[in-house]
Amino acid sequence: MSTDPKAEVPRRSALGRVRGYGSAKEGVGHWWTQRLTSVALIVLGCWFVVSMLSLPSYDYATLVAWMRRGWTELPLILFIAIAAWHSEIGVRVIVEDYVEEVGAKTIVLALSTFIHAVIGVASVLAVLRIAFGGAA
Amino acid sequence: MGATESNGAPARGRPLSPHMTIYRMSRYCLLTSISNRIAGAVTSLGLPLLAYWLITLASGERAYSRAQPALAHPALRALYALLLLAFAYHLVAGIRHLIWDTGRGIERTESQVSAWVVIACSFALAAVLIGWANFGR
Repeated sequence: MSTDPKAEVPRRSALGRVRGYGSAKEGVGHWWTQRLTSVALIVLGCWFVVSMLSLPSYDYATLVAWMRRGWTELPLILFIAIAAWHSEIGVRVIVEDYVEEVGAKTIVLALSTFIHAVIGVASVLAVLRIAFGGAA
Repeated sequence: MGATESNGAPARGRPLSPHMTIYRMSRYCLLTSISNRIAGAVTSLGLPLLAYWLITLASGERAYSRAQPALAHPALRALYALLLLAFAYHLVAGIRHLIWDTGRGIERTESQVSAWVVIACSFALAAVLIGWANFGR
């Protein structure tokens, strides 16, 4: 494990020297985003759960009225977008830790990202359609 | 770790974060850490469900009333309860992780005490939420 970097072949290209050294200053990017989104979700997640549980019923009229009341769409859209983002990173961390094979890992991660994007955007679009749509 | 990096460059003696093979986590720490991952993964299952619910709602009153019996099915009610439990656990355990990130509470006894606090608080919260969901209507 502890090979001395100086003991390596003396003549190497700039790329060869930099390869394998890791940091391109973005190493903690996902880690930091995961913290930011989790702080936001403490508020937004609690808001969503409390809102859901305090609805008097789950029939169409009640739900549409709730979504069209005041600024409900704002926290709702923020919740969906940030939850999808947080989930994408969380699934990524789990897959990176438990899927060993590089090919399988790449495919699973790509699929996860696509699915999260589709679910997130479709949900936001649905909220916008409900909030601004003509159909009552 | 092998002798080479994934890109084929020789591995150097760079510092490693204290992962499982080097750092022996206490049993409580291990239990609450893996549970937080599982709870997070379970909570993620709520996202496609939320999307389906919102899409049927956006498709109009008739589409929504057709989907309503399925959404109120006992199996899905059980899933909602599971989601509330996973949410409660992930919330409380996640706050513990955020506190750890500030460098506080990471000593052995502190983390063992907080493991029990997390379990107690999250299950109490889940009980309140599930009770509210069932008796609220």
